[in-house]
Amino acid sequence: MRYIDHQKVIKRMSTRMIVNKIFKGIFFVATLFALLALGVLFYRIITQGIGYLSPEFFMNFGSRFPEKAGIKAALIGSLWMMAVVAPVSLLFGVGSAIYLEEYAKKSKINDFIRMNIANLAGVPSVVFGLLGLTIFVRALALGNSILAAGFTMSLLILPVIIVASQEAIRAVPKHLREASYGMGATKWQTIVKIVLPSAIPGILTGGILALSRAIGETAPLVVIGIPVIIQFLPQNFLSQFTAMPMQIFDWAKRPQEEFQYVASAGIIVLMILLLLMNSIAVFIRNKFQKRY
Amino acid sequence: MVQLKVNNKTTDEIVATQAFTDKKLVYDTQQLNLWYGNHHALKNIDLAIKENEVTAIIGPSGCGKSTYIKTLNRMVELVPSVKTSGKILYRERNIFDADYGVEELRTKVGMVFQKPNPFPKSIYDNIAYGPRIHGIKNKKTLDEIVEQSLRGAAIWNEVKDRLNENAYGLSGGQQQRICIARALAIEPDVILMDEPTSALDPISTLKVEELVQDLKKNYSIIIVTHNMQQAARISDQTAFFLNGEVIEFDQTDTIFSTPSDKRTEDYISGRFG
Repeated sequence: MRYIDHQKVIKRMSTRMIVNKIFKGIFFVATLFALLALGVLFYRIITQGIGYLSPEFFMNFGSRFPEKAGIKAALIGSLWMMAVVAPVSLLFGVGSAIYLEEYAKKSKINDFIRMNIANLAGVPSVVFGLLGLTIFVRALALGNSILAAGFTMSLLILPVIIVASQEAIRAVPKHLREASYGMGATKWQTIVKIVLPSAIPGILTGGILALSRAIGETAPLVVIGIPVIIQFLPQNFLSQFTAMPMQIFDWAKRPQEEFQYVASAGIIVLMILLLLMNSIAVFIRNKFQKRY
Repeated sequence: MVQLKVNNKTTDEIVATQAFTDKKLVYDTQQLNLWYGNHHALKNIDLAIKENEVTAIIGPSGCGKSTYIKTLNRMVELVPSVKTSGKILYRERNIFDADYGVEELRTKVGMVFQKPNPFPKSIYDNIAYGPRIHGIKNKKTLDEIVEQSLRGAAIWNEVKDRLNENAYGLSGGQQQRICIARALAIEPDVILMDEPTSALDPISTLKVEELVQDLKKNYSIIIVTHNMQQAARISDQTAFFLNGEVIEFDQTDTIFSTPSDKRTEDYISGRFG
């Protein structure tokens, strides 16, 4: 008794090939559409903004006059904020991930925590803004300072960093840990010498992508009341400041048409910064990636 | 012929064990029971293992032989939900005692795993890993330990010119001998081997088997194997496990020529397993 009738198989072959081609076409168009949208966006922004990208654009503070408006305060302000966000979020994020993956025993409470960290990553950024406003700006009386904004952004990207780090740590093969424990290494020695070196590319890739999100996020800054017109550079972490997305947002909503071009110039700067950070992530991943 | 040189005070232990001519017990397992959750994996195990011998543990898949060997250095506790009862005396001290640190135990009891598992580091760093975690920083001392361990594992001549290359570039058989060298580097008293040749080709297997024969002069070796010929070739004592129980434990010659239990005879003659 034979179940496969080869004559029929050959007859159906051409239909199968057509279906295959149709789906290939659909997926190709989908990809093309995404690329096209991105291309149009890039084209518009670059053609509009390139004229305003001059050395003065980086040297000037914000201004009522489009030709005098610059991104200096916002660029430096964003960098100050990232100087808070990067260490705080990486320290707490990687620390939590190590605890959850290596130390925490399997229990219902820990499973609940794990699940909810993933859920936190989906909470809208405005909500984190409100949290930052309540805790850092008001309760801890940090005002709308770099520190308050940095802490708020850290909270925002913490779940993403924790989840990415957990995955990187989990991907370190169990047999490497066994080999280390088998020689009498303590948990800490195993983490520092075996787990982290293998997990670091994944952790940094996830971390840098999360940091790029923090640098581009606007909503939490609006909620905690970061000003736009700032005519000075921050002196310390308690200074007032403004950040690039805030500055761009402000330019974009001004009535004069020229400010649209200034906004585009600001977006170019922001995008270059983001691309730079993402390339660092890719570079790290390629350089340190290890085979098992 | 490989002979480890004893040249510094950290090897006192080996000197002490070599001084005795009559064979003492390294491990004395008494009424050991082990559960994975509700699964009773080891049942009333009694085994006395002598020093400077090769003790083979054979049995069909799922009989508890790997679980048992992992209990000897308490690696089995990495599995959550493991419970044990009974005693395992290592050099007359119960390894389950609350004040017996697993790190201390594992410094004396090295382990070689089923699948070669070198670290993604250089050959040198792989071997130096154990000594380093135990506090040896002196470069010259480390150099000596690395050479001695690699010679001990009969792989020195193959890798001496490429100590700084990644251990992943070696063949499976070489990787496994690197892992044996890595275990030797902590200067253990006992070496546990969990099916060390199951992932290797016949020639690499032969090399590891010859190595085991050499190593027993200085170490006590407990080896789990699913390969009965291997047990017959290299071991002095053999324990036959079935369904979590020790069915028979005797001189290897006796087990393979005149086993006293019908089930042992059926297994070694290939009737099941």
